[in-house]
Amino acid sequence: MTIAEKILARRSGQAHVGPGDLVTVPVDTVILFDNNFMSNRWREILKVNDPDSIIVVFDHRVPAATQQSATAQRTGREFVAKFGIKRFHDVGYSQGISHQLVADHGYAVPGDVLLCSDSHTCGAGVFNCIARGVGQPDIVYAAVKNETWFRVGETIRYQLKGKLPAAVTTKDAFLQIAGRFGDHATQNVEFGGPALADLSISARKTLTTMAAELSAEFATFEPDDVMMDWVRARNGKPFDPVYPDGDARYLAVREVDLSTLEPLVAFPDSVIENSKPVAAAAGTPIDQAFVGSCANGTLEDLTLVAQVLQGRRVSSKVRFIVTPGSQTIYRDAVRAGVVGTLLDAGAVVTPATCGACGGGHMGVLGPNETCITATTRNFKGRMGDPSAKIYMGSPATVAASAIAGVITDPREFLN
Amino acid sequence: MKFQARVWKVGDNINTDLILPIQAFYLSAQEQAQYVFRSNRPGWAEEVQPGDILIGGRNFGMGSSRPAARSLKNLGLSCLLAHSLNGLFFRNCVNFAFPAMDCPGVDEAFDEGDVAEVDFDTGVVRNLSRDKTLTAVVLPPKLLELLKAGGIFPLLEKEGAIAAAR
Repeated sequence: MTIAEKILARRSGQAHVGPGDLVTVPVDTVILFDNNFMSNRWREILKVNDPDSIIVVFDHRVPAATQQSATAQRTGREFVAKFGIKRFHDVGYSQGISHQLVADHGYAVPGDVLLCSDSHTCGAGVFNCIARGVGQPDIVYAAVKNETWFRVGETIRYQLKGKLPAAVTTKDAFLQIAGRFGDHATQNVEFGGPALADLSISARKTLTTMAAELSAEFATFEPDDVMMDWVRARNGKPFDPVYPDGDARYLAVREVDLSTLEPLVAFPDSVIENSKPVAAAAGTPIDQAFVGSCANGTLEDLTLVAQVLQGRRVSSKVRFIVTPGSQTIYRDAVRAGVVGTLLDAGAVVTPATCGACGGGHMGVLGPNETCITATTRNFKGRMGDPSAKIYMGSPATVAASAIAGVITDPREFLN
Repeated sequence: MKFQARVWKVGDNINTDLILPIQAFYLSAQEQAQYVFRSNRPGWAEEVQPGDILIGGRNFGMGSSRPAARSLKNLGLSCLLAHSLNGLFFRNCVNFAFPAMDCPGVDEAFDEGDVAEVDFDTGVVRNLSRDKTLTAVVLPPKLLELLKAGGIFPLLEKEGAIAAAR
């Protein structure tokens, strides 16, 4: 069995599960966020199975963007108080994007089942667990019963080898996979291979988070000491790491040699079979550049941006918005001098929030504007007006473009 | 569970932001339904008649967890067939009681305006306009039962776990 199949078998109490099966499993962790409490979605929960399994995070529109989002957050605080939810990330010290907080706080351990009502929940698969985004009814059901169902799909294995060249990141690796192999609807993706030794948790998490954009069911990494040390440093819960069986059946095994990659961009409206080398878009004027989200809001991402910006200024024609993934990352970036470099260059550093990534606030696009973004998604209308064009690249490509005022190859600034 | 109606067709990779755009984020569920495909097919939502069937290509519903399936239901569509469905979108379809099945090849077997007959118990999909028959991926019995029972909220409401709808 593959990693996903083994966890689902273990947790559903079966010796074997495979593609086509429907499994029912207990849910260890249930994460609700501010949008869940919007009056056009919320159904008041009258009982929960285990308040300690629930985490509440305000992330999409924090601090509140509108009266409606303020009302939703008020409803959320009442829910937290009513059931005595201990892990509550309100506006303030522990604020952040839920998927980043899962990494920051070690909320997922190998073999766990974690649900959140946001599509990028799959990012937690970096910790060798079953994590997926679900809808509002699913998350309410999980809060009430700590149980859910999954359809088991085929698994595609990505065998990563080689070392990323300078100015090339796992965002480029993702764009390569999405561009070449297209969608993975109904399929799981599994990452492993010798390249892991050179990939940090943050770099790996970009790949699992972006698996949502492949329409993958589950994205899991093979366990290694780097990951297990990360988890143990943050969570005392014992765990049993899950390795794929030697005779695991994959729909395909695809090798990706990271050493051969170059900076890529996805052209507007989709990442599916829509990536090209940055040269294909180079020279395109931009109005906004954006780095942030659950995919690229880590200290590593911000540090990479600072390396590109060091001693330079953002183009007067460009708004460069940087949104850290959590306030913890923000504080660390301030202490490391990273935020100072960004501010000196003319970037705007916002509080940790999903913000402009979902078009909610803090950098919404106007009609016919062009943006290059290192976030999760570039759908038509995603970040504001549907006529806006959204290119996607790595944080390095976005920072280089912010300086030049046009889409630019980051290797011109980083060598 | 059987439906017979004319079909509307959309292409590959239809995403949740086309179905439920950010402009409609703060509106009521009923109002949100009028925004379906506003940016890629303006005026379409007003043309849909109750019971119409929607057919998509590959990877229908990719993207967000937002209740986009609810908008298709509230628009009056009877069901959805696609060459492949995004898994999160499929969950929302079942849980909001909007019938949807993966049906490989369905996008090539129908032209817009054809009449389809869809049986969710057997998975048999007929194009009555062209005398073609396909087989869709039938929902597991447990999910079909959930779909027929009206989805998750009525179930939890009956158990006293959530408050009644306002």
